[in-house]
Amino acid sequence: MEASLPGTAAPPARTAAYGRRGRYLLFAAPALVVTVAVILFPWLFTLYMSLHDWPLVGERSFVGLENYWKLAGDSRFLEAAWHTLYFTALAVILPVIFGILAAVVFHREFPLRGFLSTVFMMPMMATPVAIALVWTMVFHPQLGVLNYLLSLVGLPPQLWVFAPGTVIPSLVLVEVWQWTPLVMLIVLGGLASLPTEPYEAAVIDGASAWQMFRHITWPLVLPFVMVAVVLRGIDALKAFDTIFVITQGGPGTASETINIYLYLQAFAFYNIGYASAVVVVFFVIIAVLSLVLLWARQRTQWTTAT
Amino acid sequence: MRPSYGSGASRLFRRLGFALAVLVIVSPAILFFVWMVSLSLKNELDNSAYPPVLIPSEWAWDNYAAVFEQNPFLLYTWNSVIVSGVSTLVALIVGVPAGYGLAKARAAGIGIVVLIARMTPGLSFLIPLFILFRAIGLAGTLWPLVVIHLVISVPIVVWVMLGFYEGLPGELEEAALIDGATLWQAFVKVALPLSRPGIVVSAILSFIFSWNNFVFGVVLAGRETRTLPVAVYNSLSYEQVSWGPLAASAILVTLPVLVLTLFVQREIVGGLAAWAVKGG
Repeated sequence: MEASLPGTAAPPARTAAYGRRGRYLLFAAPALVVTVAVILFPWLFTLYMSLHDWPLVGERSFVGLENYWKLAGDSRFLEAAWHTLYFTALAVILPVIFGILAAVVFHREFPLRGFLSTVFMMPMMATPVAIALVWTMVFHPQLGVLNYLLSLVGLPPQLWVFAPGTVIPSLVLVEVWQWTPLVMLIVLGGLASLPTEPYEAAVIDGASAWQMFRHITWPLVLPFVMVAVVLRGIDALKAFDTIFVITQGGPGTASETINIYLYLQAFAFYNIGYASAVVVVFFVIIAVLSLVLLWARQRTQWTTAT
Repeated sequence: MRPSYGSGASRLFRRLGFALAVLVIVSPAILFFVWMVSLSLKNELDNSAYPPVLIPSEWAWDNYAAVFEQNPFLLYTWNSVIVSGVSTLVALIVGVPAGYGLAKARAAGIGIVVLIARMTPGLSFLIPLFILFRAIGLAGTLWPLVVIHLVISVPIVVWVMLGFYEGLPGELEEAALIDGATLWQAFVKVALPLSRPGIVVSAILSFIFSWNNFVFGVVLAGRETRTLPVAVYNSLSYEQVSWGPLAASAILVTLPVLVLTLFVQREIVGGLAAWAVKGG
């Protein structure tokens, strides 16, 4: 794994370096203990609880895999899984497209660039509950400013988060507004790291701007875009705050994602064992999708390396 | 300067087009926050007017007073400061040496650990810790919140400091080691005094993301131990919904974060970029 050590190093120096390496790792021991206590313990305990019928008060009993079987046939859970995938697909694709465009613009020098990029990033730094609250008012069908803005351009008013058909796209709108800056930031980092030599060579060869973008910029920036896709995918699957504050999964269960369903099972219905099984399945879904995305990212890196 | 193409008129045209693009990009954020401020300063009549009014007919500063009258808002602010402050402090104590050690040991695979932490839904820590804190009788104090916020703060600090120390040349510590210092002494006496910029960025990011957290508080906090986001959410659901005070409370919660972001924007951007990019 250690590719940075050249193989020609003298053996005694190497063993000394390894001993020192071990002692450096000791520096991380307290952080490791905290991490294990706060992350690993809950994990094992969740697995344990998921095998039980575990009400908050009263008798708990071992039920084996029954919670998982129940989950496979739970239509409300399956519906929530579908909502989650629908929401995630939109909440990855749109911010990535807009984030790339924004990064291309912010990559150029212009007056007030630093200030304006900070303003652009405000939505992602602001407290999610606070902005979700204001978005709720903005979405209001009668008094909300969004329907007024629609009327200005001659479009009919919408019910936004108050109708089952439009609630998820409306929540995605908030997500796009909030998280496009993160994609912008990542892609901007990629643009800043571009070497200048290929462009000089391309200009000499008479390449057009589009050709330079297609054959130089895009392949070099693609790995950064893929990082953004992976992070956005993980975060969108786990989205909770804005959905919970704006709709709480409603109207009905139209915007109930796995995370919202999980919250309700655990802390509204107090089915602790069943909710634990939902957690385990949810994590597996996130892990599988992340691995797929990471695999895709790896592939883009290979193709750009050759 | 960029080389100029074409005539002066077409250059002007391109510049205008570019300015328009910038305007389109930043206006959703600007319009939203302007509207948020407007909502918080209008009385009920203005807030329910159609077509909506942007500038209040009279400035309703009492919306802000109402926030403090309706809630023990100062108590909730204090709770938030304690929870985010203590968990950030603990994260610095364990996370700064960890970042240093991991950078020096060039530990491979640590990125995977951070990624797994990021993949884990917050609710999955909550259920077992909720049970645990009820069992040992700490429910209703701020301790459960401080502990669970470590899930946010420790990875941020370790990760930002790891990136910082990877970029710090190690010659000074090497010299100290040759002079007979131990690894720990070299870290404390030589590396640590140089670490201020990294520590500031990691502390600010950790504080902000802890401050913003909602889901931990909504489950673990009792009436007396609510953090600010939970308090704001509760005023949405339980009280007579009047928009002015609601918007005012939203502004009060997020103002410290926005001010902090504006003040240290350059450092935050650098830290966030490292956190975001290497997090993958």
